[in-house]
Amino acid sequence: MDNEYIIEVKDLKKSYDKVEAVKGVNFSVSKGELFGLIGPDGAGKTSIFRILTTLLYPSSGEATIFGYNVVADYKKIRNNIGYMPQRFSLYQDLSVIENLEFFAQVFGTTVEQNYDLIKDIYSQIEPFKNRLAGKLSGGMKQKLALSCALIHSPDVLILDEPTTGVDAVSRKEFWEMLIRLKQKGITILVSTPYMDEANLCDRVGLIQDGKIMTINTPHHITAQFGRKLWEVKSDNIYRLITDLKQIDFVDTVYPFGEFLHITSKTNEIDDNKLKALLQPNHTSIKLNQINANIEDCFMELMNK
Amino acid sequence: MKRFLGFVKKEFNHIFRDYRTMLILFGMPIAQILIFGYVVSNEIKDIRIAIYDKSKDNVTQEITNKLLASDFFILDRNIINDSQIEEAFKSGNIREVIIFEPHFAEKLEREGKAGIQILADASDANTANIVSNYTSAIVKTYMRNELMKGSFPYEIETKIQILYNKEMKGVYMFVPGTMALILMLVSAMMTSISIAREKEMGTMEVLLVSPLRPLHIVLGKVIPYIGLAFVNALVIIALSYFVFGMPIHGSLTFLLIETLLFILMALSLGILISTASNNQMVAMFISMFALMLPTMLLSGFIFPIENMPKVLQWLSAIMPAKYFIIIVKNIMIKGSGIAVVWKETLYLIGLTILFLAISVKKFKVRLE
Repeated sequence: MDNEYIIEVKDLKKSYDKVEAVKGVNFSVSKGELFGLIGPDGAGKTSIFRILTTLLYPSSGEATIFGYNVVADYKKIRNNIGYMPQRFSLYQDLSVIENLEFFAQVFGTTVEQNYDLIKDIYSQIEPFKNRLAGKLSGGMKQKLALSCALIHSPDVLILDEPTTGVDAVSRKEFWEMLIRLKQKGITILVSTPYMDEANLCDRVGLIQDGKIMTINTPHHITAQFGRKLWEVKSDNIYRLITDLKQIDFVDTVYPFGEFLHITSKTNEIDDNKLKALLQPNHTSIKLNQINANIEDCFMELMNK
Repeated sequence: MKRFLGFVKKEFNHIFRDYRTMLILFGMPIAQILIFGYVVSNEIKDIRIAIYDKSKDNVTQEITNKLLASDFFILDRNIINDSQIEEAFKSGNIREVIIFEPHFAEKLEREGKAGIQILADASDANTANIVSNYTSAIVKTYMRNELMKGSFPYEIETKIQILYNKEMKGVYMFVPGTMALILMLVSAMMTSISIAREKEMGTMEVLLVSPLRPLHIVLGKVIPYIGLAFVNALVIIALSYFVFGMPIHGSLTFLLIETLLFILMALSLGILISTASNNQMVAMFISMFALMLPTMLLSGFIFPIENMPKVLQWLSAIMPAKYFIIIVKNIMIKGSGIAVVWKETLYLIGLTILFLAISVKKFKVRLE
């Protein structure tokens, strides 16, 4: 009995008509772990989450939560998980407090009973508790949705892209809350398309096109990036992309904010040689060697 | 149980907070019953006519008086030459011109025969028909009563006695029909839309991943509408009783029980529709085309079933509204009890059970 795993997914596949959205996925989440499924839109994250929350049948393979099978024992699972779908799924014509009370009642509890658990989150939206949920800002909606998903004190939280479409400050606050919840012993499975959020997870699975490319701690994943990496910048960043791609020893070029991340075929770059090559078209060129982040790893794994 | 009550409370919040829903729920029944009561009617009253009396003797005068003494006609003008006939019709408000031929009384006396020409404006064919029938009926009555007294050795007299609706009031027809229509609309359409809305807004996803059972969700959706539809039925009955003078000869309790049965039938139909539709638009269109139109057109509410082509008659035979209308008419107008309408009642019960069974079977506990 490997009881320490709360969520176990084995060779899970899911097809819609002719499209195979999930192509054999394996992962497991331990008790009290914050596990992130990181990948772009259409990678299959929502399908996996909906299978885990017993909303969809798997086409093949098996998934269990607390050892209960998501197909056969779906009723037992539904009592003990908190689920936050990707779309805002609360009643927009009910107020904040009405939504919360409704979900508390549905799960046979009261807001007061579990107030401690949601206090940190709910206190931030409590001043607006009589406002209709549809009139809240994006960040506040997510906080309310999280409060509603938590109101029955579930052992597992499954959050499907909770920070998509939310401003940077709210995103940061949201992740701080998740980390506090994890400290209270709640197992959390979260998906996100934002690579920078990966570092906040205990472990992450990088998923692309229905397949998990790697699962590890964020630290190990970046450490596995087996080559040197540089960031480059100049006055004309758009021109720089095309120019860099034409240099024979440059391997990959990806834009990251105001910099371009590049690798070399020889794993070495001569600072002066590169600058000399770019000189005719560019001024104030900057070149630094850096450590890879999750997104670099994702790009590299994608191209393998 | 507390879970369930929470759900019902939420439903009431949805309903009372959406003014459009409220308008449909409470504005429409009243508006419809008033519209059908005052506007849609086959009765004629105060029809404006013109009289072209070329004879001007005592007989034509008497006939004219008889015509105008009825409630049906108002004399708009007298005409004195042929060219004015066209003119009268074109002026718009005259529906009928009655022409007495010259020397009317004389001819009647000498030849036993005189002519009245009735010109009717058939741009509204229905009214023209009724108006000309009324006119000739009045003339015939006059003839029989005043002119032929005892002059005919034999006479076949048809005595028409209208039963149950002596004044042939349209209200007897439209009250049961409107009731069927509104209850169908409120119950079936509103429930199907409200369940479909949960699917559309994504809230169904959260409800499913909760300890709520499908039965709870469905019942929670339905109960508020049972109450509201019942209130609606009461409003319609009260309006028709107090405003339009529709009698309730049978037992009011029995009428309300049958109404409740029809509401339940419509609700289970609404649930069935919602299992087949994933968003509010689909639910609404199915309700509109599959329920509203047939209820209006095929139930005998507006058009008599006997005049329909055979195929439509068969279709009409499965319309639940048809049976409800029969039941309501029997109770309200004839004062019948269960002994008369048990077949129709049984049909509605059977239909309710059938719809519920299919709905429960089709209700998805997952998203697929």
